Amino acid sequence: MTQASTLATDAIAREMALTVNGAERRVPAGFTVADLLASLELDARTVVIERNGIILRDRSSFAMMELTADDKLEIVHFVGGG
Amino acid sequence: MAHADLISPATVTDPQPFVIAGREFRSRLMIGTGKYASNAQMIDAIEVSGAEVVTVAVRRVDLDRTKDEGILHHLDPDRHFLLANTAGCYSAVDAVRYARLARAAGFNEWVKLEVIGDQQTLLPDSIALLAATKTLVDEGFKVLAYTNEDLVTALKLEDVGAVAVMPLASPIGSGLGMLNPYAIRTIKQRLSVPVIVDAGVGTASDACIVMEQGVDGILMNTGIAAAQDPVRMAAAMKAAVEAGRNAYLAGRMPRREVAVPSSPTIGMLG
Repeated sequence: MTQASTLATDAIAREMALTVNGAERRVPAGFTVADLLASLELDARTVVIERNGIILRDRSSFAMMELTADDKLEIVHFVGGG
Repeated sequence: MAHADLISPATVTDPQPFVIAGREFRSRLMIGTGKYASNAQMIDAIEVSGAEVVTVAVRRVDLDRTKDEGILHHLDPDRHFLLANTAGCYSAVDAVRYARLARAAGFNEWVKLEVIGDQQTLLPDSIALLAATKTLVDEGFKVLAYTNEDLVTALKLEDVGAVAVMPLASPIGSGLGMLNPYAIRTIKQRLSVPVIVDAGVGTASDACIVMEQGVDGILMNTGIAAAQDPVRMAAAMKAAVEAGRNAYLAGRMPRREVAVPSSPTIGMLG
């Protein structure tokens, strides 16, 4: 194996797939909820996150909360409505 | 001397504050935030309407950001009471899920609970609504339940702990006005919790007639947002809600089948 392909394989191994709002997203292994929000340019104060059916209520824990492969996340907010 | 100095202009005030679950609201008109041409127009309409309670919906964030639909950048939660709805939910399970997500946003534990039973009419599913109300009341939610203009359902919603019952005037977005004033009056007369008519108000006269039935308030969205000039319609609705409320409190004259002259019949020229 060349050095380049070893690096590529490692990179894939260090990635994981999540489902975010119904679509698959690949993120680095060890990504936290806060990392995910930052990568999506979202402010934790204006969204609510449901992870595998459970609402994440404690926003202060987002920076420590590591995501797991195949997590299903719903990120919602308030929009105009009657 | 100026007589006028001694005369203060007569004013009327509402003898009953508008209170839901112990919280007093400054306006009997509540408005939705959907369907406006722009956020600026929505803000102007809210301002002009004088509404304190504004409803919002819970939806997925658009992660592709083709447009930023988030409403919290535009509303001031200190000035407006955000009432989340469960619009678009067709089961008790879904409605409860949306309500929990809304509460987790951290503003309040109030929810305008909708469980829709039919796609064409968007009429509520009373059975699922009752079940969802029960669940959410047990979890400490203040539930304002959007329901049919059916007395028995309204009574049951009150029984299971809804803090307000919201019968429809006519289907959501229809603008047909109040189809069953008798049912609305009956619900108001029989319930102890506030009755707020929700959905179907199409123009100011509709709002006025609804308030003349003696209900506590009105919630509307399309009637304002889909007007040609939403901001002006918001002003009309504000005036109509106040007019209807005052007319109800004033008590209308009896209807007669014959004319009764307003001017004296004596003193006519010979």
